[in-house]
Amino acid sequence: MILTRPALTDSLDNYIDAVGSALGLTIDPAWKPAVRANLDVSLKLARQVDEFALPDETEPASVFSA
Amino acid sequence: MPDVTSDMSSDWMTAAEIAAAVKAKTMTALDATEAALARVKQRDATLNAFTDIVAERARGRARAIDAAIARGDKLGPLAGVPFAVKNLFDVEGLPTRAGSKINRDLAPAKRDATLIERLEAAGAVLIGALNMGEYAYDFTGENIHDGPSRNPHDPTRMTGGSSGGSGAAVGGGEVPLALGSDTNGSIRVPSSFCGIFGLKPTYGRLSRARSFPFVASFDHLGPFARSTADLALAYDAMQGPDEADAGCATRPLEPVHASLAQGLDGLRIARAGGYFAQNLFPEAREAIDRVGSALAVSKTVELPEAARARAAAYVITTTEGASLHLDRLRTRPNDFDPAVRDRLIAGAMIPAPLVDRAQKFRRWYRARVLELFKEVDVIIAPATPCVAPKLGQQTFVLDGVELPVRANIGIHTQPISFIGLPVVAVPIPLEPMPIGVQIIAAPWREDLAMRVAHALEQAGVARAPRPKDV
Repeated sequence: MILTRPALTDSLDNYIDAVGSALGLTIDPAWKPAVRANLDVSLKLARQVDEFALPDETEPASVFSA
Repeated sequence: MPDVTSDMSSDWMTAAEIAAAVKAKTMTALDATEAALARVKQRDATLNAFTDIVAERARGRARAIDAAIARGDKLGPLAGVPFAVKNLFDVEGLPTRAGSKINRDLAPAKRDATLIERLEAAGAVLIGALNMGEYAYDFTGENIHDGPSRNPHDPTRMTGGSSGGSGAAVGGGEVPLALGSDTNGSIRVPSSFCGIFGLKPTYGRLSRARSFPFVASFDHLGPFARSTADLALAYDAMQGPDEADAGCATRPLEPVHASLAQGLDGLRIARAGGYFAQNLFPEAREAIDRVGSALAVSKTVELPEAARARAAAYVITTTEGASLHLDRLRTRPNDFDPAVRDRLIAGAMIPAPLVDRAQKFRRWYRARVLELFKEVDVIIAPATPCVAPKLGQQTFVLDGVELPVRANIGIHTQPISFIGLPVVAVPIPLEPMPIGVQIIAAPWREDLAMRVAHALEQAGVARAPRPKDV
């Protein structure tokens, strides 16, 4: 289970700073509200997928063929 | 140079009609090319479809075709047909800008994209490159660097995106044929808004070699035209494996032009219900009702978990897009369209397990939808929830609820391209603005979707309407 909504709201700014730093991205403070809004939407949609139970043996669609 | 400003006889001719006239020697390839260049000059101040014109290259190519005719050489099916490509296709001598400011600094492409080479091998004549949303992350056709492409039926409205220039150039009669890309709907949305036919083939059918990518899992290339015959001629000419695209299938050619007129006999056609019957403006309902009625559709099928499929497509798109652009986000963030940049930065921050889960869900969803194709051959669904919104419009009100435009334009296309199904977007000529319907088939059955699209065209239900001032 990923973060609940209140926790997300509280922590997204810190999360953006931490991941931005880890990825070497410089994020202007002026961009942050839009980045946060986009991340909120993306995580909300990711949560829809995350909540859907799949069998352990499910192959991802991105299968590599040697 | 002929007096093309007074000779606009090829104004609204289809590609097939131009090729027939060139072969019959009632029109030269050079005349067809000059007429197209003149139309662009005349109309593009309004439509803003083109970002590059390759006039001298086109004239040289057209002269070569005319010389071949004079020699009595065998001509390809698109002899002398002018066409243009979304500016994410490599065109020899041009930097492949992909709608961006940043890519203009790239070295000029050394070789054309595979699909351009194949169309020109069939006799077509490239005249230029077309406007698009930045890096194809767009459903509107607006572009902060080049200005918006404008809808040929109402220039105050969007073309749809991201292949907005392709929609404007074909719908506005500048060229009879264009190429675009479709990752989540970028062929089908401009087709719907601009009132033209568009084909998004099966994922892996057409080579993407030497085109600028967006989301490797979902990227498709395909044609736009004003008739199903033109769509088929172009599609057939572009098929075939290509080692230069790791995602391109090694399938034999499966041409569709010859089977277009086989009709509907034996085809089991259903309408997509549930998710696809929701969030529709009256025009979208009218369009799907007309198509359902013309095809005598009585069966409804439900694509399971379509909303979740759209969500998974969104997640994979934003993360793969972020990965593609990560270096540019590090080094040139101020040179992006801010809206695109901020979406991509957010995409870079999605935890990897959630992306893996989206790809696993994709496998699950594919299997369930393919089950449906044991019962039906073709599924019809709306292409867009609405006709083209006004340029710059941020929200629309649907069923009393205010919704963001950008996020909702592609809600009916995303769950289909998510699993690579072939789709023909057919234009329904409502007044004052057209709108499209998706004709969806099982993987590798473009032939069936094209047959249905052709039948609708023959019945007068689907038609690319001519804009009033063209």
